[in-house]
Amino acid sequence: MAIKKSYEEINGKIKKGKAVVFTAEEVSAMSKELSPSEIVKKVDVVTTATFGAMCSSGAFINFGHANPPIRMERIRLNGVPVYEGLAAVDTYVGATACNPDNPQYGGAHVIQDLVEGKELELEAWGKGTDCYPRKHIKTKISKETVNEMFLFNPRNAYQNYNVAVNSTEKIKYTYMGSLLPNMRNATYSTSGELSPLLNDPDFRTIGLGTRIFLGGTEGFVSWPGTQFNTSKPKNEHGVPMSNAATIAVIGDLKQMSSEYLQAAYYEKYGISLFVGIGVPVPVLDEDMAQRLSIRNEQIETMVLDYGKEGTPALGRVNYEQLRSGFIKVKGKKVRTAPVASLAKARKIADLLKEQVQKGEFELQQPVKMFPSNTSLNGLKEVE
Amino acid sequence: MRKKRYILTFPAKSGDKALSYHLVKDYDIRINILKAEVRPGKTGSLVLELKGTSENLKKGIAWLEENNVSCEPLNKKIHWNEQKCINCGNCTAVCFSGALKMDSNWELSFNSEKCIVCELCVPACPLNLFEIDFRE
Repeated sequence: MAIKKSYEEINGKIKKGKAVVFTAEEVSAMSKELSPSEIVKKVDVVTTATFGAMCSSGAFINFGHANPPIRMERIRLNGVPVYEGLAAVDTYVGATACNPDNPQYGGAHVIQDLVEGKELELEAWGKGTDCYPRKHIKTKISKETVNEMFLFNPRNAYQNYNVAVNSTEKIKYTYMGSLLPNMRNATYSTSGELSPLLNDPDFRTIGLGTRIFLGGTEGFVSWPGTQFNTSKPKNEHGVPMSNAATIAVIGDLKQMSSEYLQAAYYEKYGISLFVGIGVPVPVLDEDMAQRLSIRNEQIETMVLDYGKEGTPALGRVNYEQLRSGFIKVKGKKVRTAPVASLAKARKIADLLKEQVQKGEFELQQPVKMFPSNTSLNGLKEVE
Repeated sequence: MRKKRYILTFPAKSGDKALSYHLVKDYDIRINILKAEVRPGKTGSLVLELKGTSENLKKGIAWLEENNVSCEPLNKKIHWNEQKCINCGNCTAVCFSGALKMDSNWELSFNSEKCIVCELCVPACPLNLFEIDFRE
């Protein structure tokens, strides 16, 4: 009879320190020898991870009230403009926010500095009201002085992502790195067979409430991420061949570490934040075992020309080819380079594996599953 | 024998001179071309590693300069702040000399011997971990 495991069963094993845990890469290697039915018998939990630049990230902070109090209507943290439309002393620091006069230091750097316990300069202005009479404040804050600070990233951990090349005569500076002219390089981003959403492509276990590793501590999947798209074409192995679904995630920034949260600046592009995410996936049944067995050669993605308007597709490659160092694009051999850290992703997957093995990290069954029929709207220009 | 690196810049018209032939034939200099940007009719540049006796190197350089080729010793080095590196790989995308490579564990390795100081890694690193070091 086919084996089925419940969350309770798996968590029971985790609590006793008896759960059998492997990383997604280990399971992918295992799948060359073992069938899904053998894997579901043997393995309880599979850890997946990614560490890449995720621009749609940010943090909510509550500064606490000064005396006399101020309704902050314009706010700067180390000179970086942060959101002022949230009550009197709440803000949202968007990772990509920056002061144009200092474009290399932005919201992501503010977040990293806070995580590292540094003191930051807070300056804010208000018009002065009957209940908030103060008009200006300039002071210092740190993670010790603020009330709450939590990371809330609207779009992270893209399920697959395209490969970038540049067919023009000029170097292009992009969020996919520096793209040399005449397709002299190609860059790719996801952690392939280790990537969270490629290991559960139909969201059977990842949903609202899933407990994850986020930035060095526990976090949660809080919603389908923005641009969550389930209608991208899938290949015969059941994985989308371009950037498809995403997750919104949340976690306590005070507990995070800059080891897994790193500010980045891309030349002539702007600021971003490298975010470390790990998702433990329960091997509930044979179908999940099959999904988790996915290997780099089975995961395909599109090569897009970032030099041309509309980024036209130039071909399709798989992650085994990408990792080999070269791909063929339109008959031309093109050197490949990653732009997300596989070494860090592996570190996260190993750490999470250890935590689950030791009984320190239990699985949370989603309280609501994600939609399965979404597509995206473009932005129309209307008069 | 000495080994030294030079950046050669030559005017649009001298592109057709057999520079390397003369350096080898007349001055017994071993040439290793590290980087070349030569297009007919345009100003060109070459990054060369020259190996020869001190005297021959001096003479060879003098001959180049007589022929309107400016020779600037390449004393710059790239310094990589390894400790802060997250091994993302962005720098390897632009490093065509092969000095910056991902090793078998997908960690960055830097072979300064192969580095031609093209400086493309400096803006390519999202963490700003490459600096140009001007010390000899």
